Amino acid sequence: MATQHSRSAARMMMAPATILLLGWMLVPLTMTLYFSFKKYLPLRGGDLGWVGFDNYVRFVSSSSFWPAVATTLVIVGGVLIITVILGVLLALLLDQPIWGQGVVRILVIAPFFVMPTVSGLVWKNMFMDPVNGFFAHLWRAVGAEPIQWLSQASLPSLIMIISWQWLPFATLILLTAIQSLDSEQREAAEMDGAGPIGRFSFIILPHLARAITVVVLIQTIFLLSIFAEIFVTTAGAFGTKTLTYLIFQRVLESQNVGLGSAGGVYAIILANIVAIFLMRVVGKNLDR
Amino acid sequence: MKQIQLKQVSKCFGNVEVIPPLDLQIEEGEFVVFVGPSGCGKSTLLRLIAGLEDVTTGQVLINGEDATAIPPAKRGLAMVFQSYALYPHMSVRKNIAFPLRMAGLDKAEQARRVEEAASVLNLTDYLDRRPGQLSGGQRQRVAIGRAIVREPTAFLFDEPLSNLDAALRVGMRLEISELHKRLATTMIYVTHDQVEAMTMADKIVVLQAGMIEQVGSPLDLYHKPCNTFVAGFIGSPKMNLLAGKEAAKHDAHTIGIRPEHVAISSTAGEWEGVVGVSEHLGSDTFIHVTCPVFSEPLTVRASGELDLTYGAKVYLTPDLAHLHKFDDLGIRLK
Repeated sequence: MATQHSRSAARMMMAPATILLLGWMLVPLTMTLYFSFKKYLPLRGGDLGWVGFDNYVRFVSSSSFWPAVATTLVIVGGVLIITVILGVLLALLLDQPIWGQGVVRILVIAPFFVMPTVSGLVWKNMFMDPVNGFFAHLWRAVGAEPIQWLSQASLPSLIMIISWQWLPFATLILLTAIQSLDSEQREAAEMDGAGPIGRFSFIILPHLARAITVVVLIQTIFLLSIFAEIFVTTAGAFGTKTLTYLIFQRVLESQNVGLGSAGGVYAIILANIVAIFLMRVVGKNLDR
Repeated sequence: MKQIQLKQVSKCFGNVEVIPPLDLQIEEGEFVVFVGPSGCGKSTLLRLIAGLEDVTTGQVLINGEDATAIPPAKRGLAMVFQSYALYPHMSVRKNIAFPLRMAGLDKAEQARRVEEAASVLNLTDYLDRRPGQLSGGQRQRVAIGRAIVREPTAFLFDEPLSNLDAALRVGMRLEISELHKRLATTMIYVTHDQVEAMTMADKIVVLQAGMIEQVGSPLDLYHKPCNTFVAGFIGSPKMNLLAGKEAAKHDAHTIGIRPEHVAISSTAGEWEGVVGVSEHLGSDTFIHVTCPVFSEPLTVRASGELDLTYGAKVYLTPDLAHLHKFDDLGIRLK
């Protein structure tokens, strides 16, 4: 890509893809903004004209707004903490030479291939069911009263399900990072008198900083829009209504497109606040 | 005093015996160089001494004590790695202080020792930089600094100069030699470069396929190589090793003569030959001569600017006082 000619040729070649992607992003965004300023009730009269910032005010002043934001942040935060910590530990474990390493690695990655709806239903019916679930049997086996997971401990249960799904992703990225650590560095630390814990905290963990940042950033993007797991388990009940779920209810259950679109704009703002916060906190790891 | 002693030490990886049982003694304050071609087991031997690999059989004695089962950190040895193995996320100061921090020394003592090592190695101006911001030679010095602060019983160097460019290598070679004179600590140095071995060592250990071929001072090895392998490995350019009828004249299977011990003349001499490629180094000229009596061309040193064109006819005369004789197994004849 050195000469003037090849540069302009490259631009020409890339233009279709760039324009398509731009359109892909701009059309829904513009439509969301357009509807958010309208009173639009598909089953109750359709387009009822412009209403200014009415929808925005109504969405925020609703009693479910702030709890939904809080729930979203708790789920994202909880899943991040669990997947990063367990991911590091699992990656350390999988880095050890063990018999059947290949099979074990594939098994560890497997949950990532299970569709969110399926995993939500499997967890709900096979593990967390208070009568027939595996946990219920386990609790009864030790003589305890089974927990009604999805109603009594709804948020922890959801975090557990989502963490299970995302743990393989974190493990995989962190494992490749651990494998890229120069073995001479480990040996040097060993010669310098660092024990296993010293080697972990002074050599391995700093080496993983960049990979952990990547895991946190990518997971945040996807976790902010978690929907299927909630839909098939609690359907937003028992305090598991996230911002995404609230928008879904406004648009499809209340059939209020305008109000939902305003919520969508708030979701964009929330995502950006989280992104700026994350880039400030962990983004500097990427510069090194 | 024998400081490091290997007794019948061997190493196997699976079924492959990399190092057959060997004995070696290293005296206190010596600069010992392990030299040999790639894959000869010299690095493995160093790692066995360091404790980074377990010996398969035998004993490693350090200061007269059996250290075979002692973990690397407790052996009192410091190692400088080929890749320097600096910790990239720590400043130079923290890198050098790391072993002290692990040993639990107090902050003031740490700082004092780091400053001291930095001034010895001219690193004072770079203490707050990260390894990524340093040149190859500076990184090398940081790695040495990290070894010095521990005040070890012996330093182990694993091909420390192989990642540096030629000019820097010569400089660092001198610096390490000087450091050895100043600290008077035992150093074990692994290299595949026989020039490094010759210039730095008090004692050279020549290894081939995990076996010690010869142990001796650089000049010992140069003047009295005990077999054809050592004869061909030590010295630059290589010794001419010649077999056949001419060797039989001297009652040997193979005779060896270094390029600097052959006289070249355009008029008369013992062996007739034809000039091949000449390599001019300014001070010396190395001429490759093809003689009909030998199957391989000879390398001959001609001092100064001898004017011999490609294809010219010349005569060579070996200096019989410096002729090396070997038997059919390649062992030196007395």
